[in-house]
Amino acid sequence: MSNTIKNITLKIWRQSGPAAKGYFETHNIPEITDEASFLEMLDILNDRLVTEGKEAVVFDHDCREGICGTCSLMIDGQAHGPQRGTATCQLHMRKFKDGDSITIEPWRASAFPLIKDLMVDRSAFDRIIESGGYITAETGGAPDANLIPIAKPIADAAMDSAECIGCGACVAACPNGAANLFTAAKVAHLNRLPQGQAERYSRVEAMVETMDEHFGSCTNHGECEAACPKEISIDVIALMHKDYRKAKFANRKDLARS
Amino acid sequence: MAQVVTSHRGPVTGTANRAKKRRPFLIDLYSTAVGKKYVMALTGIGMMGFVLFHMIGNLKMYAGAADLDHYAHFLQTLLYPLAPKGWVLWILRGGLITMFVLHLHAAWSLTRLNREARPVKYQSSRDYQIANFASRTMRWSGLIVLAFIVWHLLDLTFGVVNSEVGNMVQYEGDTEKIKAVYVSVIASFDRIPVALFYVVANILLGIHLFHGAWSIFQSLGWNNPRFNKWRRAFATGFAAVIVVGNVSFPVAVMAGVIS
Repeated sequence: MSNTIKNITLKIWRQSGPAAKGYFETHNIPEITDEASFLEMLDILNDRLVTEGKEAVVFDHDCREGICGTCSLMIDGQAHGPQRGTATCQLHMRKFKDGDSITIEPWRASAFPLIKDLMVDRSAFDRIIESGGYITAETGGAPDANLIPIAKPIADAAMDSAECIGCGACVAACPNGAANLFTAAKVAHLNRLPQGQAERYSRVEAMVETMDEHFGSCTNHGECEAACPKEISIDVIALMHKDYRKAKFANRKDLARS
Repeated sequence: MAQVVTSHRGPVTGTANRAKKRRPFLIDLYSTAVGKKYVMALTGIGMMGFVLFHMIGNLKMYAGAADLDHYAHFLQTLLYPLAPKGWVLWILRGGLITMFVLHLHAAWSLTRLNREARPVKYQSSRDYQIANFASRTMRWSGLIVLAFIVWHLLDLTFGVVNSEVGNMVQYEGDTEKIKAVYVSVIASFDRIPVALFYVVANILLGIHLFHGAWSIFQSLGWNNPRFNKWRRAFATGFAAVIVVGNVSFPVAVMAGVIS
């Protein structure tokens, strides 16, 4: 049984280009089914704008099932909107009431330069991944499955951090524009697994230092954890800080670093 | 292919390959935000130790003038006659000043970094979920506590704003006169605005510690499922002990419990 939600007012950030001056544009959605996802609601609005001969609102989206990390949006001052543990694509209009006014803004961070309207360039995350988000694998025949024994709790913990979809909500939600949760999730994912041990310390060093070039610093507010669509715990940040400390202080020979 | 946007902090797109800078280890470590957070946490621990012992020492106030004055004399003559009078105290003070300066510098440069990380603010109001009053006001609580420390030193250490500082007293059984600390503390708190400033500053110190003492664990990477749930309790408890102890002194003087 679907219901209809009436009279939604949208305040949407419009900006024609990186250097242009942006502003909020108000649109009214007279009625919409509560089964529509937030992005479908924007699609419907865009259809109308195009029909009226206006320019559609530009926003990022792709899989629309919460696994690709492409959608973004700051909805009413919360990254990915008011629903915990989901990306914007999994937020549905049933979370809103008749007559609600909803403000939509892009992610804001110097590392995420705005492209247009609600779309930002998140390739600073790619720089962090490039610097250490990999393992060294031997070429040759495919190894047997489960050749490397991994304790179940370790596999589970690594999976918890591997859930990160790289959407950037942590940076968007952080009052300091820090990317510690993203970087730490990537570090924790590989550093917890046996396959990641060879580069463990060079990885954390490189990734932390690349992160440093683009983002702010962590002041332990915990906003990132609250905004994360995968609910990754800030415990991974502590793990990254520990590994970085070890990478800096422990004997370089022990850590097999250059 | 994403466009290349270059900010003054370097290219946002491009390759991650860069030359490794060669410089002294500690400076290299301190140049990163995570390194500065280590400094923040370690100096924080040092200053927490000072604040705790300062509070415990001042509890001597309740034992009377002679006890407090002898305790102050003990601090001034620490390790005497092995070390000349006052030297050990100044070495400790030197360590404290160093920690204080490092804590301030790290805070200042991290704040600058964070401002640069979001040059264009959110144009609509944020709806914070977890960030609390303490974590959101660290800079303000820190700055007000800094202003208080300056006043506190001018008042009870250097006596610039307290004419009782510097007076000497000789107790029965003593061979020499010692500094009359108790009298100057009472004289200071007999001024109501001073006592109120003291109370407000110490509550802000408590708020600062509430977030700071918890943050230490995250910043230094001290994370263990076995004790994680105690981190919040430790920070709250530590902040409460400091606030209750320190605020009790001006309140006791104003209430006439000690005079």
